[in-house]
Formats: sequence, C-alpha cells, structure tokens
Amino acid sequence: MGISLPGGVTLCYLPANMLEELYQEIILDHYRRPRNKGKAVPTDVAYKEYNPLCGDEIEITAHLADGKIAEIKFDGHGCSISQASASIMTQQLQGKTVAEARALIERLQLMMRGEIPFGGREMGDLKALEGVLKFPVRVKCCTLAWHAAYEGLKKGV
Amino acid sequence: MITLLNNIELEEIRDDFPVLNQHVHGQHLIYFDNAATSQKPRQVIDAITDYYQRYNANVHRGIHALAERATREYELARQKVARFIHAESPEQIIFTSGATAGINLVAQSWARTNLRPGDEILLTWMEHHSNTVPWYQVAAQTGAVITRIELNADGILAVPEIGPRTKLVAVTHASNVLGTINPVRELADAAHKVGAVILVDGAQSLPHLPIDVQALDCDFLVFSGHKMLGPTGSGALYGKRHLLEAMPPFLGGGEMIREVTPTGFTCNDLPYKFEAGTPAIAEAIGLGAAVDYLQRIGMEKIRRHEIEITQYAMDRLCEFVEVIIYGPLKAEQRSGLVAFTFSDIHPHDLATFFDQHGIAIRAGHHCAMPLHKKLRLAATARASFYLYNTRDEIDTFIAALAAAKKFFGACPTGRALGF
Repeated sequence: MGISLPGGVTLCYLPANMLEELYQEIILDHYRRPRNKGKAVPTDVAYKEYNPLCGDEIEITAHLADGKIAEIKFDGHGCSISQASASIMTQQLQGKTVAEARALIERLQLMMRGEIPFGGREMGDLKALEGVLKFPVRVKCCTLAWHAAYEGLKKGV
Repeated sequence: MITLLNNIELEEIRDDFPVLNQHVHGQHLIYFDNAATSQKPRQVIDAITDYYQRYNANVHRGIHALAERATREYELARQKVARFIHAESPEQIIFTSGATAGINLVAQSWARTNLRPGDEILLTWMEHHSNTVPWYQVAAQTGAVITRIELNADGILAVPEIGPRTKLVAVTHASNVLGTINPVRELADAAHKVGAVILVDGAQSLPHLPIDVQALDCDFLVFSGHKMLGPTGSGALYGKRHLLEAMPPFLGGGEMIREVTPTGFTCNDLPYKFEAGTPAIAEAIGLGAAVDYLQRIGMEKIRRHEIEITQYAMDRLCEFVEVIIYGPLKAEQRSGLVAFTFSDIHPHDLATFFDQHGIAIRAGHHCAMPLHKKLRLAATARASFYLYNTRDEIDTFIAALAAAKKFFGACPTGRALGF
C-alpha cells in the first residue's frame, strides 16, 4: 500500500479509511454541489452564526407558511464539513413544521455529542455525518448550520 | 563563520525533544505548528522537574535553604533572559505569563496613564489579536484612536511618516501569518522623532532571530516562552528603565509592595513592582533553560537553518499552481513560517488530511482576523518551522499535499483512493 512520488518519497495510505469515513462520497457531493444555497424570500427566519475558531460563517434563512418550513436556504463559507452539513440540513428540514424541525435539530445535536446513537439508513444523507464523530475538532464545523437554524427558528427575523 | 546545522547536529537536536519521537495516526510525527507553540527539549523539562523535586519553595521570602536556592535560580533565569535580548539590566525584565500579559500590562499601566482623547495608537494590519484587543480596550478607556500602517501588496509594511498625534506604536516584529519581519529600528526612529513610544511584539521573532533591544531601540518588548522551547505560562516584558519606573503598578498584591499601611501602600523596586503574587517560578526557571539551549546552538545558526528550510518549503509549494503563498517570497524577509491556500480546498480540510498523515499544521485565521478580512480570506493553512525540522519532513509534507490534491480535487465523487 502506498504511492510513490517524485523524489523517492513513498506515502503510506494506512489512514485512508479514517479519511474516507469523514469525507464520504455524500459529503463531498454536497460540498461540490450544495443544495439550497442562497437566501429564502420572503425571509421569515434569518440567523447568522460564526465559528470564531476558523472564521466559518453561515446564514440560514427560511420562509414559513402554515406553520411549516416552505423554503430554507443557507449562505456563507466554510470547510467541506460545514458546507455539506448545511446543505444536507436544508434538505431534511424542508417541509417540516417548526416543532418537527426543532426536534430533529435537537436529535442531531445529541447524536453529534455522542449522547444518543446515530440512526440507520432511514436517516438518508444525514447518516453521512456520522463519520465526523471520529474527528472531535470537526464536530463544531458540522453543527454550525444546525445551531443557526435552531436559533433562527426560535427567534424569527 | 556561521554555518548551517549539519545532519549530525540536527539528529542530536531532534534527540533532545522526546515528543518528536512518536507516531501519530501510524505515521512519524512531523510537527509544523511551531508558531502556535514549540516543543520542549529534555533540558527544559528536566529543569522544571528539578525545581519541583529538589528545591520547590517560594521566592524572595523564606529564610531557608530551599527558598534561597529557588530565589537564586529564579533570578538567574532573569539574568539569562536579559543577556539573551541584550537588555541594559535584569531589573528591566518583568516576568509575565506571556506576550499577551506583557501587552496588557503596558496597555493598562503605561497607555492608560499617558493617553488622552484624540491621541493615536498606531498598529499594523498584521497584528495578532493580543496586540490589537488590549489597544481597543485602552482606546475605549482613554478616548484614544486606533490607526494602522498600510501593507504593500507583497505583505511588507509601507513605513509611513508617523504623525504628531501618534503617542504609541505597537507593532509585531514578525507576522504570525505573513511571516514578514518588520523594520523595527526604522519604526522606532520614526516614533521617537515625534515623541511616541514603541512596543514590539516579539512573540514570533525572539524564538527565531538574534534580538538586541538596544540596537532596535524599542521602548517595550514582549514575548512568550512557550514559543521558544520554554514552558507555557512563561514570558517577559522588557522596558526602558525610565518608562518602567514612571509607570504605576498593574496588578496589586504581595511582592509588588515595599510597605502596606492601614490606608495605602508604597511600591517595590523594579522588576518586583510589576510581579504581584507568587510568580510562575518553575516556568521562569524553564525559560532560563530554554535560553541556555538556544544560545548553546546559536541564534544565528538557527536563523540560517530556518531560512534554508523555509525557502525550500516555499519553492516546493510553488510547484503547485493551486498554491497561493501569503507574504514575501524571500525567506530572508520572513520568519520560519508559510501561510498558504490551495485552490478551493478549505484549510481545515487540508489540516485534517495532513493530520491523518501525522503532520501537524495550523488552519484558520491564526488570531489575526483583521488581516484575513483585509486579504479577503476566511482562513489560511500555515506550516511553521523550528530548529528541529528537516528538508525530509518538507518532502513528506509536499507529498501529502499532492495526495490531498488528488483526494479532494481529482475525484469530486470522493472515491479518490484508487491506490
């Protein structure tokens, strides 16, 4: 196992599995082709969140209709984990009632703290975030958007 | 004549650092995060252990053998630091917990006493938050105004005429992001011409360059011990005697007083006036051992070694068209660090990738948010070197970067690992 590079350097690829667990296909796909990026109009919910550690910045906006999230979008910049997590989140929250959305966010946060186990395949793309658990310093990247959505839904605009 | 460290010397140096001899994620550790904190040689670790195991006692008080020895070693450390930076006298070395504490001391003691509304505090765009926030605080307290020296495109200061409203220039000697070594003497001369004082943040220069505070003619200089092989919680403030003597104490407590009456107190002499409470004795002694270690090898030699490997790192990074290096491209103009970005791969993703290959780098804004805003960047990746780093390590780092390019870039589906 390994790759030979110019200069006689050989890189050993033992860590590949860990990296593959973090950067799953689904994560990189959401990072490269983010869903629901932009601003929801009319804007009934808006909340900006920063990660002072790394300078990541995410704004969540949503349009509510009949107590449901008719449209939810994210904007900002950050690492692949924070962007993919935001993209996956918007897909998951779309169409949910505010109460349902908040319950899902709370569940995700508990899962990311390792307090409850991750669900199975029924979680869809969300399941891809499980790999982040093995990288404690990256958990905050993952939960940034979720935190913003939670606070936003609590507050409104 | 000053020569480079040869391979035997390098190996001997590396043997002194127990932490370097380990595997991380199954790979040999390569430690490229020295601008955040350096590793510690056995000599420093032993000096600290020795204090705790053989002569742990409080300083300047006890009338017993252990206290006498602790006091002697503590004061010896002060003398070592004074000699290391060519201070006029050891009394001008105030032990602090690090550069941040030194800046806050000058801000709350000197600046708060001397600044008036409308006075200007001149900073640069490349200051660490520790040389920014204390001045914002003092500006709010005194009505002084913050101004900044502009940057040229290559990350070098456009040395300005310093105006008559400037009362204080607070500048980093070496940027922790751009690496730029600033013309401190030139700035000191310009500041003194208008009667301003200059504080130099030596956190990123003292570990890497020979420093002579008298040649620099700086009024204050601060630094952190943990970035120069010493323990965390160690560091010092150097100040010109007439300034330190005129300044009111910063923290009140034991040690800093000569006499306390039912209603007041008189101050102790320098340097004790600024060292309230039991000081970090073990840390100061450890810092003294770090200074010994650096001087035994020689700062000129360390500097030559860092120029050599930093230039090598920059040259190899430039093999990638995707890489942008921030700051001057000549290693002679910078300290031993390189901040860069790689196309659209986020620095955090790069850092995680490197970490999985046993390579420790830093990613983020490196406590310099105003600079990153100015450069329109959210984050950069930073590799920072020290005397124990080698060309071979840089080769491995570059190989890992090539692998990261493949992993994140070539296969957008993420199934990058065809090898």
